[in-house]
Amino acid sequence: MTTALTGEEVARRLDEAVPEAVEEWKAGDVWVKPQGVLEVCRFLKDDPQLRFDYLVSVSAVDYIEHFEVVYHLVSIWNNHSLVLKARCRDREAPSVPSVVSLWQGADLQEREVYDLMGIAFQGHPNLKRIMLWEGFPGHPHRKDYLEPPR
Amino acid sequence: MPIRTEPVTVNLGPQHPSTHGVFRMRITFDGETILDVEPVFGYLHRGSEKLAEERTYTQVITLTDRLDYVASMSNNLAYVLAVEKLADIHPPERAMYLRVMAAELQRIASHLVAVGFFLQELGAFGTPLMYCFREREKILDLFEMLCGARITLSFMRVGGVFQDAPPEFWPALRAFLQEMPHYLDEYERLLTGNEVLLARTKDVGVLPALKDINCSASGPVLRSCGVNWDLRKADPYEIYHRVQFHVPVGTKGDNYDRYLVRIAEMRQSLHIVEQCMEQIPEGPIKTAAPLLVRPPAGDAYGHVEAPKGELGFYLVSDGGVAPYRCKIRSPSLINTTALRDMLIGWRLADMIVTFGSIDINMGEVDR
Repeated sequence: MTTALTGEEVARRLDEAVPEAVEEWKAGDVWVKPQGVLEVCRFLKDDPQLRFDYLVSVSAVDYIEHFEVVYHLVSIWNNHSLVLKARCRDREAPSVPSVVSLWQGADLQEREVYDLMGIAFQGHPNLKRIMLWEGFPGHPHRKDYLEPPR
Repeated sequence: MPIRTEPVTVNLGPQHPSTHGVFRMRITFDGETILDVEPVFGYLHRGSEKLAEERTYTQVITLTDRLDYVASMSNNLAYVLAVEKLADIHPPERAMYLRVMAAELQRIASHLVAVGFFLQELGAFGTPLMYCFREREKILDLFEMLCGARITLSFMRVGGVFQDAPPEFWPALRAFLQEMPHYLDEYERLLTGNEVLLARTKDVGVLPALKDINCSASGPVLRSCGVNWDLRKADPYEIYHRVQFHVPVGTKGDNYDRYLVRIAEMRQSLHIVEQCMEQIPEGPIKTAAPLLVRPPAGDAYGHVEAPKGELGFYLVSDGGVAPYRCKIRSPSLINTTALRDMLIGWRLADMIVTFGSIDINMGEVDR
């Protein structure tokens, strides 16, 4: 059975390794500051006890007052999991650092989030639309997206 | 005068018989050797995730049928598991057994399609594909008995299944379980040791294990290189902890291993269905959960080992009747991440075979 690490446990480890990165924690989730995502992920991946070697998915949710980027992480080595979240409060130009340099599996998923939710991933090697065509107006997964009149 | 050569960029697709749907690759060739690959998606994008936000939790089940349309049962299962986790609903035992049996039969059907098309792309034109489709047809007949549909099944419900299996289902299933191993032997006799198959697939499209993990590959692609990671064992859901089976793994991660893993998985799935048939208890097939589910505000991630890899649904609820957000973690899209590393340095003819060995479905890639 995959053990879901508690947010408290991971937040304590993170506080030692990457000071002031953690915003909040609850049950199995940890919220970090968006600008610190890359350092946090690097620690989670490289730490011999945590060893999150597998990025399951990258999602984004539009909560209107902020965007939330959600990373589901699993350690195949230790069979435990964690949900890492980052809130982007800048609605005009939301951005988080890309984690492609750590997990290549983030490549297409970050492009999808960029395409449909409009969150830019800084440092992504090939950040362009994936499902929709270049020049498509807006980002359909945002809650304020309106279908253009035909 | 020295002969000068230049790399040529070719668009393969979106209309190409071997691309399993509408998929385009921009490939740069040096002669016949592949220098670079860029997959282009989106030709089948229907906005399933956005559509889900405007439907009730039960109505979304029909949308999940249309993701990976050769494995609807697995999609149904992943989705209802996520909703049940979100709303804290516990289905009765009989329903869990029926779901697992349906999902395992679906795995066999999906792998038959994968193996059939894989061999078709190797140039074994027609015969192996028709053999595979002959057996798949029997599984579709079983599904027709279960829920009246053959492809877009919508068999599962939040808190159970749509209806109990009819009496004629059980003898038909028993007969299928008896004859299927012989059909698998037949494929193996015909193909597994075949010299052409070996020459074309062994050591072609190799991907090392660490690279596979780093690319978030899952399913047979990940297991073919020796990583023993199957969610049915690693994070058992439903009743998988009560059945005995082993996880077939490959050694090298080449095209041949991916083919062998699929054949071996079919045998294990038959074994699981057999045990479920013996263990299945009598009882209700659905809890009293209302058709209009209103999960409390919060989020949940439910995942299953679908035929193509880890299929997950990340659902966010605001307490309403429709999901606030429904993100689909599709194995087909994410397995494609590794495509570039598999192909560079190989030839055009290997490209078609390697692409077939990943077994992707465009309905799931583009959603």
